[in-house]
Amino acid sequence: MAKYNLKINGKARQVDVDPNTPMLWVLRDSLNLVGTKFGCGMAQCGACTIHIDGNAVRSCVLPVSAIGKQEVTTIEGLSEKGDHPVQKAWLEHDVAQCGYCQTGQIMTATALLKSNPNPSDADIDAAMSGNICRCGTYLRIKDAIKTAAKTSNAK
Amino acid sequence: MKNIKSQNRRDFLKSSALAGGGLMISFSWFSSAKAAETMQELNLPEPVWSELAAYIKITPDNVVKILVPNPEFGQNVMTSLPMMVAEELDVDWKNVVVEMSTHDNVKYGAQFTGGSNSVRMYWKPLRNAGAAARQMLIEAAAQTWGVAASEITTKAGVLLHSSGKKTNYGEMASKAATLPVPKEVKLKAPKDFSIVSHSKKNIEGVKVVTGKPLFGMDYKVDGMLISMVQHPPAFGMKLKSFDATAVKKMPGIKDVFSFKLYDEGFEQAGFDTRTFNEMIAIVGNSTWEVMNARKKLIVQWEAVGDVKETMMGRSGKREVTVPGRLETTSAQFEMMAEYAKRPAQQLRKDGDPETAFKNAAQIIERTYNAPFLAHNCMEPMNFFAHVQEDKALVAGPLQAPGWVEPTLSKLLNLPADKIEIQMTRMGGGFGRRAYGSYVYEAARISQKMKAPVKLIYTREDDMTYGIYRPMYTATYRAALDANKNLIGFHVKGGGIPENPVHANRFPAGAVDNYLAEGWEIPSNITIGAFRAPRSNFNAAAEQSFLDEVAAAMGKDPIEMRLELLKRAKENPVGNNNDYDANRYIGVLELLKEKSGWGKPENAGKKRGVAAYFCHASYAGHVVDMVIKDGQPYVEAVTSAIDCGVVVNPDAARNMVQGAVVDGIGNSFYGALTHKDGVAEQTNFHNYRMIRHNEAPKKIDVHFVQSELDPTGLGEPPFPPVFGAVANALFQTTGKRYYNQPFKVELEKPKS
Ligand code: FES
Ligand code: FES
Repeated sequence: MAKYNLKINGKARQVDVDPNTPMLWVLRDSLNLVGTKFGCGMAQCGACTIHIDGNAVRSCVLPVSAIGKQEVTTIEGLSEKGDHPVQKAWLEHDVAQCGYCQTGQIMTATALLKSNPNPSDADIDAAMSGNICRCGTYLRIKDAIKTAAKTSNAK
Repeated sequence: MKNIKSQNRRDFLKSSALAGGGLMISFSWFSSAKAAETMQELNLPEPVWSELAAYIKITPDNVVKILVPNPEFGQNVMTSLPMMVAEELDVDWKNVVVEMSTHDNVKYGAQFTGGSNSVRMYWKPLRNAGAAARQMLIEAAAQTWGVAASEITTKAGVLLHSSGKKTNYGEMASKAATLPVPKEVKLKAPKDFSIVSHSKKNIEGVKVVTGKPLFGMDYKVDGMLISMVQHPPAFGMKLKSFDATAVKKMPGIKDVFSFKLYDEGFEQAGFDTRTFNEMIAIVGNSTWEVMNARKKLIVQWEAVGDVKETMMGRSGKREVTVPGRLETTSAQFEMMAEYAKRPAQQLRKDGDPETAFKNAAQIIERTYNAPFLAHNCMEPMNFFAHVQEDKALVAGPLQAPGWVEPTLSKLLNLPADKIEIQMTRMGGGFGRRAYGSYVYEAARISQKMKAPVKLIYTREDDMTYGIYRPMYTATYRAALDANKNLIGFHVKGGGIPENPVHANRFPAGAVDNYLAEGWEIPSNITIGAFRAPRSNFNAAAEQSFLDEVAAAMGKDPIEMRLELLKRAKENPVGNNNDYDANRYIGVLELLKEKSGWGKPENAGKKRGVAAYFCHASYAGHVVDMVIKDGQPYVEAVTSAIDCGVVVNPDAARNMVQGAVVDGIGNSFYGALTHKDGVAEQTNFHNYRMIRHNEAPKKIDVHFVQSELDPTGLGEPPFPPVFGAVANALFQTTGKRYYNQPFKVELEKPKS
């Protein structure tokens, strides 16, 4: 066990865990931030996607010891009131079915739009193909990303 | 006690006053009309009536709260069922608060999500409840104002009198609670709907996009332990001995023990599975600690051999022998091919098929095969349990609380009313969560630990300890006369461990000489319902076959189906055909129109078509395929569905689009294979799932405009996708695909 001082969603948090513990379980078990989901545990499905210094990362294979001073953002910290343009676009297109994959999808999409504010279909395909949606909401995910791109750029 | 029974005698309404003032209308759902009658005859006391499956509450401050009886797995019942209540109650949708019910006593209904049933089964009861509450509020206002009830109207939660008097529902709710429940209620005609058939957003949408704890995985109580189970590595194996010394020394580990799911001689109900009856539980403080420690387990496994089981089915008790063989997929396919040659059970026969085939000018015969499929719900199986001496609480993702409860009651030796089942939102279900063995495992572990425990499966556990879609095969034969008329049709289907054939479905009823046969091979690999059971194979096989038959007849595939359906409509063969030929025709006509089938502008497109009937609904797709990066890719899909009244159109479209993507994914990639009983796919790196870049760019969904009561929607659009994809593959590659998943065939080196 070791103590780690982390910066998560803008707040300082301390955890005392095994250094190999993936961030996914630190978030879910130690910090009760359960919006980050467990789907595969081997970087195959994207359900566990978080931002490390703004980049989309699979938290299920990211040991807590690797975080250091980098800033961690989870779905809970994406916006204060659930009104990030990507979240709003998701609601506008009523994307979710079961909803389990959607926080991961949103985190990946947000990171994409940050680095590429006007993604083409091919850009979206490339960025989103690591996120599985078992319910098959891909079409709406794509539409929502395009809507979010428009609304973000209009600001 | 004031109650009415509605027309269909299966649901009962009751009104009562809320503690802080206001009205509650509740209804009980009975699993059978007989149970309902018994309730009436016995005139059971008040407490029985408090065990209710659903309710509407209207508080004095005008909050309308609707409790949803059936668990949510993405089919959007938490929105669509309240819409039905709100429609008849006539309230402003914005003021409606929705909550998920816990499970109530099993006598009052299974609260089952599956079989595309939720909207169907609640369509009348929920609207009756809404209409009755509205009428009582009107009556309360009439008495208060001293006017005739007939002079009062309602609009979005407001009671209005012709004199200009008005008040909101909340004001009248307490008084309404003192009035009798009306004997008769009049329901709106579909043309007058203002909420139903008007798209409403997912009521839990905001919670989903902000990551609120909605799912079983997110369930947490103070002092809760985490547990995982180690199941045998292969179907047909069982625990011999184990050494947990190293595991117990790992940090955070509380206990490691083996446990039995069912006791000796346990009579299994239909949805109890006994894949592995003895497992090892690893219990600790946190998920990661338990996951890690489990790797240190040293276990000896041994072959189970043949096992006799007692099954309690609907038709009574029966003994079954589960073979001990360690299965290998290639050998299973060989065995199926061997069984297919043997005589089989006749399921339906019309006319004289033998003679028709003897006299045929041309016979087309094709065989189709499909492997096991894993459900791969995005949220792996998990459940919370807190079992105490005299009661138990279990909570998590579950499709069939009413089926799990009687088994839990037997396993824990607790009366059903001491077991509370809470249903969390499910991260997918697809049939998998109708089987509650993971609930029983959680309960057993909590019982032993005397503590609240959450059982979690890893993806590997979930995939290798599955309740798979069965393996199927079917051989179809068509007899054509010299004029290329279809004079005989024969299907012989089998599978491990069930046969897929729906003998009374199209083209039964459309062909004079028809024969359907089935056979089965028992297995120790557990199988279960998978989105549109059996149909998901039949539609693939039969709809590809019909495509070839149409080509042999020199006919357009849609026209050929329409001609057969016309025959089934005007002059059906046999009198027990399951489907309504007219609705089938309606869907094909709509599909033809919306896809521009046969139109010159689409002449260059590589298209496949299929249509199928199941769960009382009709669904068809036209799939447009192109070659992208050297691979066949479904670029666009046009879908047509007849499911009666569509309650929430945009959400319904979402579900159809999802079914299309699911169908494309599974037809191309889906397969769970075994080697000596060991599942060969363990996670998403070797079980290929359809991904974002592989989904169509466009899926246009069209519903047949209908005022008929709603029929199924979650399942019906799924099966025909397989057939449409296979038929489009032929147009694209010039080759027919008979074996799922198609990707494997596509990648076979060309000879
Ligand atoms: S859980 Fe991390 S990618 Fe699947
Ligand atoms: S919405 Fe269910 S997995 Fe994506």
